[in-house]
Amino acid sequence: MYDTPTLERTVDSNTVKFSARDVHVFYGETEAIKGVDIDILDNTVTAFIGPSGCGKSTFLRCLNRMNDTIDICRVTGKILLDGADIYDKHIDPVQLRAKVGMVFQKPNPFPKSIYDNVAYGPRIHGLARTKADLDVIVEKSLRRAALWTEAKDRLNEPGTGLSGGQQQRLCIARAVATAPEVLLMDEPCSALDPIATAQVEELIDELRQEYSVVIVTHSMQQAARVSQKTAFFHLGDLVEFGETGQIFTNPRDPRTESYITGRIG
Amino acid sequence: MTDLSTQDAPFAGSGSSLMRRRNRRQVMLQGLGLAAISFAALMLFVLIASLVSTGYKAFIQTHITVEVFVDPEEISVEKLPRGGFRDVLLASLQKEFPDVEGRAELRSLQNIFSNGAQFQLRDMVSADQSLIGQTVTLRAPVSDPFDQLAKGLVKRETPEQLRRVSDREIDWFDTLDAAGKISQPVNWGLITNADSRFPELAGLKGALVGSFWALLVCFLISFPLGIGAAIYLEEFAPKNRWSDLIEVNINNLAAVPSVVFGLLALAVFIGWFGMPRSAPIVGGMTLALMTMPTIIIATRAALKAVPPSIREAALGVGASRHQVVFGHVLPLAMPGILTGTIIGLAQALGETAPLLLIGMNAFITSAPTSPFDSATALPTQIFIWADSPERGFVSRTSAAILVLLTFLITMNAVAIYLRSKFERKW
Amino acid sequence: MTTAAFLCLFVLAVAGYVWNRQAASAIRADGTRLHSLEGFHGFYSLLTVLVPVIVLILLWLVFQGPAVDSILKAGLADRLAGLGTGEVQLILAEIKSISRGAVFGTPEQWKFDAAERYLALNARADQLLLVLVLALSLTLVVLSRRKVAAEFRARHGVERIISGLMIFCSVVAIFVTVGIIASLLFETARFFAKVPVTEFLFGTNWEPQIPLREDQVAAAGAFGWLPVMLGTLVITVIALFVAVPVGLMSAIYLNEFAPKRLRAVAKPFLEILAGVPTVVYGFFAILVVAPAMRSFFAAIGVDVSPNIALAAGSVMGIMLIPFISSFADDALSAVPQSLRDGALGLGATRAEMMTTVLFPAAIPGIVGGILLAVSRAIGETMIVVMAAGLIAKMTINPLDSVTTVTVQIVTLLIGDTSFDNPKTLAAFALGMMLFIVTLVINIFALRIVRKYREAYD
Repeated sequence: MYDTPTLERTVDSNTVKFSARDVHVFYGETEAIKGVDIDILDNTVTAFIGPSGCGKSTFLRCLNRMNDTIDICRVTGKILLDGADIYDKHIDPVQLRAKVGMVFQKPNPFPKSIYDNVAYGPRIHGLARTKADLDVIVEKSLRRAALWTEAKDRLNEPGTGLSGGQQQRLCIARAVATAPEVLLMDEPCSALDPIATAQVEELIDELRQEYSVVIVTHSMQQAARVSQKTAFFHLGDLVEFGETGQIFTNPRDPRTESYITGRIG
Repeated sequence: MTDLSTQDAPFAGSGSSLMRRRNRRQVMLQGLGLAAISFAALMLFVLIASLVSTGYKAFIQTHITVEVFVDPEEISVEKLPRGGFRDVLLASLQKEFPDVEGRAELRSLQNIFSNGAQFQLRDMVSADQSLIGQTVTLRAPVSDPFDQLAKGLVKRETPEQLRRVSDREIDWFDTLDAAGKISQPVNWGLITNADSRFPELAGLKGALVGSFWALLVCFLISFPLGIGAAIYLEEFAPKNRWSDLIEVNINNLAAVPSVVFGLLALAVFIGWFGMPRSAPIVGGMTLALMTMPTIIIATRAALKAVPPSIREAALGVGASRHQVVFGHVLPLAMPGILTGTIIGLAQALGETAPLLLIGMNAFITSAPTSPFDSATALPTQIFIWADSPERGFVSRTSAAILVLLTFLITMNAVAIYLRSKFERKW
Repeated sequence: MTTAAFLCLFVLAVAGYVWNRQAASAIRADGTRLHSLEGFHGFYSLLTVLVPVIVLILLWLVFQGPAVDSILKAGLADRLAGLGTGEVQLILAEIKSISRGAVFGTPEQWKFDAAERYLALNARADQLLLVLVLALSLTLVVLSRRKVAAEFRARHGVERIISGLMIFCSVVAIFVTVGIIASLLFETARFFAKVPVTEFLFGTNWEPQIPLREDQVAAAGAFGWLPVMLGTLVITVIALFVAVPVGLMSAIYLNEFAPKRLRAVAKPFLEILAGVPTVVYGFFAILVVAPAMRSFFAAIGVDVSPNIALAAGSVMGIMLIPFISSFADDALSAVPQSLRDGALGLGATRAEMMTTVLFPAAIPGIVGGILLAVSRAIGETMIVVMAAGLIAKMTINPLDSVTTVTVQIVTLLIGDTSFDNPKTLAAFALGMMLFIVTLVINIFALRIVRKYREAYD
């Protein structure tokens, strides 16, 4: 699994998973996202890049309504997942989040065993009828997160005892175990060392086979390495969105170019 | 797309039975939480309501107004302050009820007056001897049973033998009332009198003064000691076993039961040092030992909240560590320190058990004039009154508690005000 | 007289300050560079005078009384010979009240003489103090004045004195603990000289009477602390049954579910509940809760004791609600936001997040808080003194009347000052046990809480 060939940078899917139209996000009086339109494809890694405070994480958190947990946050506009408006009042954010999994900046395993961490989602969503089903899901998820070989003998040890990179892969396994269709990753490698980062990056490319992956990253190199499409955010605007290759070699907007070449950031 | 996603977890709508169950659990948990909060609120409400409903009646006091002829045959200048004040008072009532005869009858008629009425008259006459031979108007408290009757606490429909006032006495009282001789003014005596065996005369002056002295002593000892210790531990102490030991020690002291401090005070201050029993100075010293850990902990928190950049800036221009701490850090931490101190003092004001052990529950009928005199404090006075069998003390106790709570709430309000006014976010 | 001593001291100290300051200014005026600013020279003098002399005055005040007493007693040795300590105390008290002018009855002439002597001794002591204060202050003023010189490090001197004072302040806390342990140990040892340790620790009878006459055998009293401890446990358990569920549920609700405005109201509400003095709770118990419980049980035909343990225990539980709730709230708030996000991000409902992630993660902190509450319940005095019983029984029936360690301490010591009978000394033995039990629980609880805080910092 670590001898994956050079990553493809072409988009091989045309199914739109998320489609956002005129999305604004307000924190109290301040407008953090100023009208974003974007289509996120299935089976594709989409990277959100941009300087800090540009709104990329905020926008990511709109996609599974994690912003609901912040009192003063208000979202307007339309975000459709498979054609259904996720901000419709009939939508239960709890079930939405089961479909749209999320991996966070800092690895955040629960203070439980590795097994219980992975089994957490399937248990609350009732995905497994028997213990055997659950075992299957846990193994499958850990394999998918490339953690099985390291963790299979210590499933009952606390997840917090793993190394940073392993913890983050555990969190990915935990997210995968709920059978999501989309995986949101908020700077998943920023707290990891280079070797762990490489492992997680390879994993992200693997995951593309089955999920639509959206990753927020600070590092342009990482965006270039893992994504097929890249969106550049600046001061709450989506400045440019396109094929990763095109964004990095031939940006159309001067702001993108300044950022890529290191003049703003 | 994969076999995992074929499970029945549709993301739209909450139709599935599993989801309904999950939502129900959430509602249940919230309901339990709300019930718990409501229970706590209800208890606080019942507590306050029961105190107010029994206590408010102690803030008024039934008085009787009589025209007293200061008979020179009973009271003469030479014998003052002694004299037949009781008889003179009785005579004034006899005028109203000429048909009352016999010793027993007369004694019960006399009992309408509080025992304090004769002393009130005595003080009036002693202050102005020209009153002898004149008729003066005296407004004096009635005794407790009649006060209870007037306030409706003694019910007229209770059978006579179960009542503390007889039908005859009720008639007298009603006659007096009809004649406009009964009034119910604000009971200033509650604040201006010291303790008494008679509920209608008992007041909080001694307890208030005693608490004041004890708190003053407590503040004078615990504030400098607490701040000194906190500054040393937070700013100067080397990190070693000694400072660790002191730290653990202080945290534990803050959790030692208060009655143990009472034992300490009894054995050391009174037993070994031979200090006076029941004196506010000993009470204050005991409370100081208990308040000190609170002040230390609050002061350290306040010092910690001052950002290191300020220390560095001052050190950077060549100030010594003492100059940095006393010139810059301490003034910035002062609001936090004061808040902690006031809260600590409020706790000390309500503390009872250690004061009982050092004898501040004595029955003392005059307010202390110095911290070395015997005295009670507000909470011990409450304890004494709560223990007294006379009915009239129930409402006095509630009233005393209301007075105590007023002080506590005021102190806490000041602390909260200080905190919000001077609180800074760094 | 003490006021005069303090006055002299302050005047001299301030004079020393001004004198040193002016001397330093004079040196500076000559163009010499001072090591320390003039003010520090002044403060050096001020502190050098104030600190030792105040210590002198305080020591004097503490020891003057006992010293005068013993001189007085020595003078009356022939009169007091053969009397017990109690009688001697009474005579001394009478002499003192005579000296204050309060004469009751017709005391013997020698008592008037003694009172006279007592006044004279005190006056002598006061004069001596004044002279000592004057002499010492003057010496110190002169000594510190002679130190003033260009190169004298007055600032260092001042800072050393202040550091010393601060170290003294910190050590006072140790003194207090040592004082508690010493006084308890000392009196407890005297108790065990009269009552065997094994009887106290393992006895199941607690009847702390003392014989009124030497030959009175029947009422010798029994000092087995087990029933008292059992009563304490009964009340504590009842209190926890009320406080733990209510406290935890309200913490969970306030931490996660309460609307902002309710939280803003409920928090100070709980703080008020926490700030109510325990004597008020005690009165609440006897005024409202106990009568209500008695009439409830009478209505359902159950016979209960008038000092029903359930009343004292549940009122104590109400007292502990805010304590547990604020501890649990802090513990829940200390769980990092990332774990909340993690659970919500997996599609957990907020209730599931609370019960399956936050609460388990916060358990160590919560347990620490509950342990501290246990120690509080064991050491709580006023509620039980007012609402629990006095008779020790080996029972765990919450409808019966039980007594507690603190009740016994207070009742044994109220109104009794002589330290030489097992009855009063027993209070100290109980205090010792109370101190040990709560200390162990506190150390344990504080350690858990600290570890927990470190884990998430």
